[in-house]
Amino acid sequence: MFESGANILTYLSQGAWTTISIFLASAFFAFLMAFIAGLSRLAKNPLIRGFTTVYVEIFRGTSLIVQLFWLYYAVPMLFNINLGSNWWVGVVAIALNYGAYMSEVVRSSILSIDKGQTEASIALNLSRFQRMRHIILPQALRLMLPEFGNYSIQILKGTALVSLIGLTDILYYGDIYRSSNLSEGPLAYLMVLVMYFIIALPLIWLSKQGEKMSRRGVAS
Amino acid sequence: MTATYWSWETFADAFPIILEGLKITLGLTIASYLLAMVVGFIWLILESTPIKPFNFIVYWIKEFIRSTPPIVQIFFLYFAWPMVPYIGTSFTPFVAAMLALGIHFSTYISEVYRSGIESVDKGQWEASTALNFSTRDKWTKIVLPQALPPTIPMLGNYLIILFKEVPLAATIGVVGILSIARSYGAQTWSYIEPLTIVALLFLLLSYPSALLIRRLENKMNRRFDKKPKKVKVAE
Repeated sequence: MFESGANILTYLSQGAWTTISIFLASAFFAFLMAFIAGLSRLAKNPLIRGFTTVYVEIFRGTSLIVQLFWLYYAVPMLFNINLGSNWWVGVVAIALNYGAYMSEVVRSSILSIDKGQTEASIALNLSRFQRMRHIILPQALRLMLPEFGNYSIQILKGTALVSLIGLTDILYYGDIYRSSNLSEGPLAYLMVLVMYFIIALPLIWLSKQGEKMSRRGVAS
Repeated sequence: MTATYWSWETFADAFPIILEGLKITLGLTIASYLLAMVVGFIWLILESTPIKPFNFIVYWIKEFIRSTPPIVQIFFLYFAWPMVPYIGTSFTPFVAAMLALGIHFSTYISEVYRSGIESVDKGQWEASTALNFSTRDKWTKIVLPQALPPTIPMLGNYLIILFKEVPLAATIGVVGILSIARSYGAQTWSYIEPLTIVALLFLLLSYPSALLIRRLENKMNRRFDKKPKKVKVAE
């Protein structure tokens, strides 16, 4: 059993790069979206604020799988936009979805910084940008760390959906293996789970570190 | 390729058909959620046994379930479970999805329970011991009345998150709104309208509930303000 388990793992590892590359790219863009949308929601301009609120609520209010299918089937037909490859469809869907969720983390962390900090930086004649860059964000970032760690694991779990739009990730190879070795099905899917868990382990560790860092030096 | 445009006719045609699937989608949500609440409680008990190595194993099993994709867990239960020697039986798609999602979310729900219990001040436990309350009274009269209310918004949030994970069940053929929309698309070759209807239905159901929960959360925060209230001392 251990031998066939190892065999399955090597077979599945063909899909590992797709999973990891999609994870890295979508995590990068999701963080980018989170900061853009999170800061835009705090902007003075009501138009920017309104637009971002609509984006965040739509993507938070519907499911990732629906958004993925929508991007995959509807967007190319409706707007005649071709994202180039399914890889990009997956990355864009996951990044927009989790970017919306994480923008709330950015927003609420910034809002939770004490008012006195803002008042003091106004008193010190810092510009709006300087205030955000040097006073508020460095303090807010620390508060975001634990949630960001959690969301990175969520993003990894989200990447498993891309096999539904024809990408050859770990789950795809798991499905192929199972359909040719039906009796080994349980072991095949168990190994798929194990493989995702192995990729998740550093993320779990990172989010624990993030939790520790956010707590350091703060009297609770 | 020319762009296909939006057609309200297709929209009107597909809407009642897709709406039929809402019963299954909501039913699966509620069934998985109830399961998650029960299993979440079991995790809590398993993790608080005094046997250290056992707790350690339970902790990692929970971590494993929590950090692996629910879609793989659904596939495991639906496609592979019947092949498991001795205990394997085949599930209907609905049951497989309910079990997978229920167990996946139970790991989150148990954390909510735990945070609720931990939010009760240590002094409350000590006081109830000092007042000679029985274990049962301690829980039912002192701890739970304080531990439960703050968890309600969190539990509500997980219900909404679970609702949005339910369309995953379409992949094994549970006939909810998403799978009806997809088969409608496959038959008529128009995917835009049915998929938009699905997105709209999700938005219409989850956004108002999210607003409700945010209001509840604010209310709870005001009521259970963590800062100790100032006590006036007679001088």
